[in-house]
Amino acid sequence: MAMSQMRSPLGRVLGLGSAKEGVEHWWMQRLTAIAMVPLAIWFTICALGMIGADRAAMVVWMHSPMSPVFAILLIVAAIYHLSLGLQVVIEDYVHSEGWKLGLIIVMRLWCIVLIGRGVLAVLTLAFAAS
Amino acid sequence: MISDPRPLSPHLQIYRWQLTMTLSILHRITGVGLAVGAVLLVSWFGSAADGAVPFAKFQGFLGSPIGLVMLFGCSVALFYHLSNGIRHLVWDTGHGLDLKSVYVGGWTVLVATVALTVIVWGAGLSVWRH
Repeated sequence: MAMSQMRSPLGRVLGLGSAKEGVEHWWMQRLTAIAMVPLAIWFTICALGMIGADRAAMVVWMHSPMSPVFAILLIVAAIYHLSLGLQVVIEDYVHSEGWKLGLIIVMRLWCIVLIGRGVLAVLTLAFAAS
Repeated sequence: MISDPRPLSPHLQIYRWQLTMTLSILHRITGVGLAVGAVLLVSWFGSAADGAVPFAKFQGFLGSPIGLVMLFGCSVALFYHLSNGIRHLVWDTGHGLDLKSVYVGGWTVLVATVALTVIVWGAGLSVWRH
């Protein structure tokens, strides 16, 4: 029997099977990881300069052309990356299907809220009067 | 009675300790820790966007004993996860998967983590005092 005929007729008609997204999780985890290598180093150096700083210093920092771009990229990449990682952790250790699904949904929504808060905060500083 | 004496996967309690197993679980533990660090990161930008007083309060919290412990934990976790993440990316290219390279890479990651922690906290504390 050929491989294509091992699927049920109904499944073939409905186009069921692979969601064509098999490597999406793996790929996005690597992409965000690679992006964060320079971004994390950049942020660590900048954060050292913000020790004991007041809000005015943050505004000056976020008024330079590329800083808010890097800050937003770091926030988005970090939270995307951690949502993929936490998803695997939940899948590995939570064995009840209901809890597993529920926790992943809550975690994902929480991540979206965090991204929203972070990006808006950086933009607020970038456009704040100096 | 064992009818089919196939090899069994050993339990962790009787498995001989190896560096690689510790580094592996540390990658996951530091990853989950950095998820908390991401909340700290977003809160930091968020408080600055909220105003001078909320930001001063948050900076004060980061300088408090609890805040410093959190910052230290997050920075060590970042340096480890960053170094070991690069090790993972090298593996993804199909290189360094032989036993010797796995151990050389593992020790390199530990040395890099300690070195980065000492350099960044040395720089940070010298800035902070002034």
